[in-house]
Amino acid sequence: MLNVGDILETITMIEEEHLDIRTVTMGISLLECMDSDVDKACEKIYDKITRYAGDLVPVCEQIQKEYGIPIIHKRISVTPVAMLAAACQGANPVKFARTLEKAANAVGVNFIGGYSALVHKGFSAGDYALIESIPQALAETEHVCSSVNIGSTKTGLNMDAVAKMGRVIRSSAEATADRNCIGAAKLVVFCNAPEDNPFMAGAFHGPGEPDCVINVGVSGPGVVRAALAKSQGLDITGVADLVKRTAFKITRMGQLVAKEASKRLCVPFGIVDLSLAPTPAVGDSVAHILEEMGLEQCGACGTTACLALLNDAVKKGGVMASSHVGGLSGAFIPVSEDAGMIDAAKAGTLTIEKLEAMTAVCSVGLDMIVIPGDTPAEVISGIIADEAAIGMVNFKTTAVRLIPAIGRQVGDELNFGGLLGAGPVMRVNTASPAKFIARGGQLPAPMQALKN
Amino acid sequence: MRAVITVIGKDMVGILAKVSGMCAEYNVNIVDVTQSVLQDMFAMIMLAEVSGCSVAFEQFAEQLSGLGRENGLSIHVMHEDLFNSMHRI
Repeated sequence: MLNVGDILETITMIEEEHLDIRTVTMGISLLECMDSDVDKACEKIYDKITRYAGDLVPVCEQIQKEYGIPIIHKRISVTPVAMLAAACQGANPVKFARTLEKAANAVGVNFIGGYSALVHKGFSAGDYALIESIPQALAETEHVCSSVNIGSTKTGLNMDAVAKMGRVIRSSAEATADRNCIGAAKLVVFCNAPEDNPFMAGAFHGPGEPDCVINVGVSGPGVVRAALAKSQGLDITGVADLVKRTAFKITRMGQLVAKEASKRLCVPFGIVDLSLAPTPAVGDSVAHILEEMGLEQCGACGTTACLALLNDAVKKGGVMASSHVGGLSGAFIPVSEDAGMIDAAKAGTLTIEKLEAMTAVCSVGLDMIVIPGDTPAEVISGIIADEAAIGMVNFKTTAVRLIPAIGRQVGDELNFGGLLGAGPVMRVNTASPAKFIARGGQLPAPMQALKN
Repeated sequence: MRAVITVIGKDMVGILAKVSGMCAEYNVNIVDVTQSVLQDMFAMIMLAEVSGCSVAFEQFAEQLSGLGRENGLSIHVMHEDLFNSMHRI
C-alpha cells in the first residue's frame, strides 16, 4: 500500500500550499476555417471551436472531482487570427475577436488566446490590419487574449513592429481606461514565442501543431516555498536538489491530468509546461521562494542568482516527470500576480531594471508591470526592444506585458482582480529612445542564429 | 478504480465505524486500512474499491466529506493514481 507520509504530503500540498493545475488548454487549428468572406469564416470558427471544446469544461470538472486536484482555468488557444484575416482583405478583423468571444462564452472557458500575429521578419497580408485592430478587439471582448511575435533568434527583430507595438499597448490601455486599463493586460509582445504555450495572455496554436491538442500548465510556487521552509540549514546544492524533487512531484500531477484529459476528450496530449506560475494569493508566490532561499526581499542583490537556480532546478526536476515538455517552462515573474513581487515593488526593492536582469535567467519576461499612464509609446517600444534583444541573443522566449495606467502616477495602484491581481505603478526611465525607435527596419539576427 | 480515503482529525469513539459504515452503505469495498493516533490526532488511510459504488464517485466523495464536516474531521476521497504518479517512478 501507499506510504502514509506520501499521502499526507500530497493532501497538504493541495489543501495548504495551493498546489493546483493552473490550466488545461485546448489548442485548436483554425486553418480550415479560412474564407474570403469574413462572415462565413467566423461561422466556421464558431462551429469548430464549440464542436471541439464543448466537453472541455465538464471533463476538467470531472477530473478535478475524481482526483481531488483543483483545475483553476480551462482555456482555448487557436491559430494566429492574422492568418485567417489574410484571406479576407479589407474586412475588420474585430469580427474574429467577437466570434472568439462568443465561442468562449458558449463553451464556458476562462480565456481564449490567438488573436495574434507572427511578424518577426516582416508583415504579410492580414498582420497589419490585425495589429491595428488589437485595442478595439480587447476593449470589446472579455475573454480574448492577444499576442504578437516581433522577433526571434533566427530572424532578428522587426523594429517596425516594435515601434508599432509601443503604440498598440498604449491604445489598448486607453481604450479600457475606465476598466483599469485591462486591455493591455491581455496583450503580450513576444520574442521567440513558443507554439504550444498553454499560458495566457500569450497562448496561440502554432501552425506547426496538430489539428487539436491538449496542453497543461501546472502551478506550485507555494509547494516549493513550503518544502524549503521545512528544510532549514541546507547549502545551495541541497536547495537545488530539494527544488528538483518538488518540481518532479508537481509535474507528475500535471502529466497525469494531461493524459487523463487527453484520453477522455479523445484529443492528443501535447505538452506539460513546467512553469511555476504564481497567484496573488498569500503563499503562492515565486518571490517568496527567492526570499526563503535567503534574500531579505525579492529584488535584493542575489535575486538573479537565486532565480537562475530556481528556474534550472524546476526544469531538471520536471523534465523526467513528463513525456513531453514544452511551452514556456520556467519560473514566471509577473509582478501584479505575485504577492511577494507586489510588496517588493511597493517597497522600492524591486525595480524594472532589476526585473529586466531577472528575465535573462527565467522564463518569459517583463510581465504584468504597471507603468505610469503618461509613459510615451517610444519608451514602451524601447522596453520591448531591450527585452526582445535579451531573448534573441540568449535563444530564449522573452515577452513584454506592460500596462500603462492611464491617468495614474508612481505610487498609485491598478487592481484587475482575480488571477491578474493588483500592481503598484512602477517608475520608468523616460530618457527618450524616440530616434532609435523611429529608424525602423530589421535588427539583424545574431551570430548565435547561424548554427547549421 | 481504487480510491484513497484519508481521515484526519481529533480522535473520538467510532470514527472507523462511521466511515466504514458509509462505505458499506454505498457498496464500496475496503481493501486496506492503516490508522494511527498521535497526541490525540487521528489519521486513517483506507484503500477502497469503488467500481461497484452505488452512486457516482463525486457523490460518494461529497457524502464522505459531509460526514467529516459533521464530526469535525477532514475526509478526502481521491483517485489512487494521483498518489501513484506523484510518489512512484
